[in-house]
Amino acid sequence: MKYLCLVYCDEALLHSLPDSPEDAECMAYAESIQGSGRMIAAEALKPVQTATTVRVRAGHMSLTDGPFAETKEQLAGFYLVDARDLNEALNIARGIPAARVGSVEVRPVRELQP
Amino acid sequence: MNSEGQIRDEVAAVYRRDSRRILATLIRLLGDFDLAEEALHDAFFIAVERWQRDGIPDNPRAWLVSAGRFKAIDALRRRARFDRSQADLIMLLEGEAQDPGEQELLVDDRLRLIFTCCHPALAFDAQVPLTLREVCDLTTEQIARAFLQSPATIAQRIVRAKAKIRDAKIPYQVPELGELPERLESVLRVIYLVFNEGYSASSGEDVTTRALTDEAIRLGRLLAQLLPDAEVLGLLALMLLQASRQNARSDTNGELVLLDEQDRSLWDRAQIEEGSQLVRQALSGREFGPYSVQAAIAALHAEAPSAEATDWDEIVGLYDVLQRHWPSPVVELNRAAALARRDGAQVGLRAVEAILERGELGEYHLAHAARAELHRQLGNTEQAREAWQQALTLTRQGPERRHIERRLRELG
Repeated sequence: MKYLCLVYCDEALLHSLPDSPEDAECMAYAESIQGSGRMIAAEALKPVQTATTVRVRAGHMSLTDGPFAETKEQLAGFYLVDARDLNEALNIARGIPAARVGSVEVRPVRELQP
Repeated sequence: MNSEGQIRDEVAAVYRRDSRRILATLIRLLGDFDLAEEALHDAFFIAVERWQRDGIPDNPRAWLVSAGRFKAIDALRRRARFDRSQADLIMLLEGEAQDPGEQELLVDDRLRLIFTCCHPALAFDAQVPLTLREVCDLTTEQIARAFLQSPATIAQRIVRAKAKIRDAKIPYQVPELGELPERLESVLRVIYLVFNEGYSASSGEDVTTRALTDEAIRLGRLLAQLLPDAEVLGLLALMLLQASRQNARSDTNGELVLLDEQDRSLWDRAQIEEGSQLVRQALSGREFGPYSVQAAIAALHAEAPSAEATDWDEIVGLYDVLQRHWPSPVVELNRAAALARRDGAQVGLRAVEAILERGELGEYHLAHAARAELHRQLGNTEQAREAWQQALTLTRQGPERRHIERRLRELG
C-alpha cells in the first residue's frame, strides 16, 4: 500500500535547533529508503513564502500569495513510499531526520476508482 | 445420536470457551474485523445443524474456523457480483492452504488481536472499548455502562477504529522485537486502565465495574502466558494484589474503607500469594519497570499484618526508585504519604505542600485529602477543614464524597 509521509515543521526553527538535520543526513536517509525498494518519491520544499495557492471557481482561476492555511507548522517536505502496512510506513516515518524537530503525518493513499 | 438440546449445549460451551480465539484466527485469515465477526456467527449457526447430523467433530475449534472461512468466501462471492475489487481477495482466500502448526497459531492469534486493538495509531479512547469488545466479548452496552458513556458513543469509537485498521492497513501481528517495548507499553496501559476503571468505581454494588477488574486480570493472565515479560508479570501482580483488597475496601453500606482501617482478614490470601510470587519473578531480571515496582509496594502492604507493622522504610525506598526512573507528581504524593508514616506527619506534610506549591496536582482531590489528614494528625483543625472542603469540591464519586463528608463531621 502507498503511504504519503508529510513532514511538518515550524519553518523558523527547522534549521536552527540543536537537533536540526543537515541536508547531507536527509539525503543519506532518502537513499537508504531508496535502497530498501520502498521509495516512490521524496522531496524537500522551499519555504511557504514561495507558495502560491490556486483556486478555480465557476471556471475562473484565482491566485493568492502564500499557503492554503496559515498554521504554526508548515509542510516542509514529503516521502511517498510503498509499504507493506502501516507499521512499515510508520517505521520509515520515524527515521525521517526532520521528525526530530517537526512531525510527520502518515496518510494511506486512496486509489481512485476508475 | 446426540439430541438437539445436547448439541446446543455443546455449541454454547464451545462459544463461551473459544469464540474469541476463533474470532482472532478468522480476523487473521480474512483480514477484516466485520467480515470475521459475521463469519464467526455463521459458523456457530451452522454448527448446531451439522453437528447434529454428523456428530461433534474431533477438533470443534478447527471445524468452526474452517466453516467460518468458507462462509466468508461465500459472502464475498455474493458481494463480488456487485464489486469487482473483491475478486482478488476471494482468490487469495481460496488459495490459502490450512495453516501448519495450527495450535500454535491459535495462541498467537489472540496475542495479535490484543496488539492490534491497542495499536498506538488508534485513538486512545477507542483502544479500550475495542479491546473489551473484540478480545473480551463484552457488549457495547456493557462497555458503555462501565465508562458512563452512551452506547452510541462507544459504538462509534469502535466503528471508527475498525475502519482505520482496515483503511490505513494496521497489520494484524505481534510487533517485532525492536518495537515490542513501546508497543507492549500501550497494551499494558490499556489493561491497567480497564482494571482501574473497575477498581476505582467499584463499591461492591456495581456488578459491571467489578466485571472490568476481572476482565483486566484475565487479559493480564493471557498476556503473561503468551509473553512472560517482566513488566507483564509485574502488571498482573499489581492487579492481583490490589484486587485482593476488594472485599475489604467497602463496608456493608458500600462506604469506602481506607487501607489503614481495613479488616485484613477479608483480604484474598490466594491472590496475595500469587501476586507476591509474580513480583519476585518480575524483579529477578533486569528488565523490570514501573508496574513491577508498584507491585512490589503493593506486596509489602499486602504482606504486613497491620498498617503500623508495615515496612514503611522499604516502601519509601521503592517510591524513590519509581521517582528516579519514572517521575510523576502522583508518585511523589504517594511517597510523601509513606514518608509521613516513616518520619512523622510534619515531614509528610512538608512534602505534600512542596508538590502543591509547584502548582502540580492542585486539581487532584487526593492531594488535598492527604494534606487534610496530615493537618488533622498535627491538630491543625482549621487547615484540615479547609483542605477537606477543597478535596470535596474536586470529587465526583459517591462513596468518596461521603467519606470526605464523614471526615469533615469528625472534625466537629
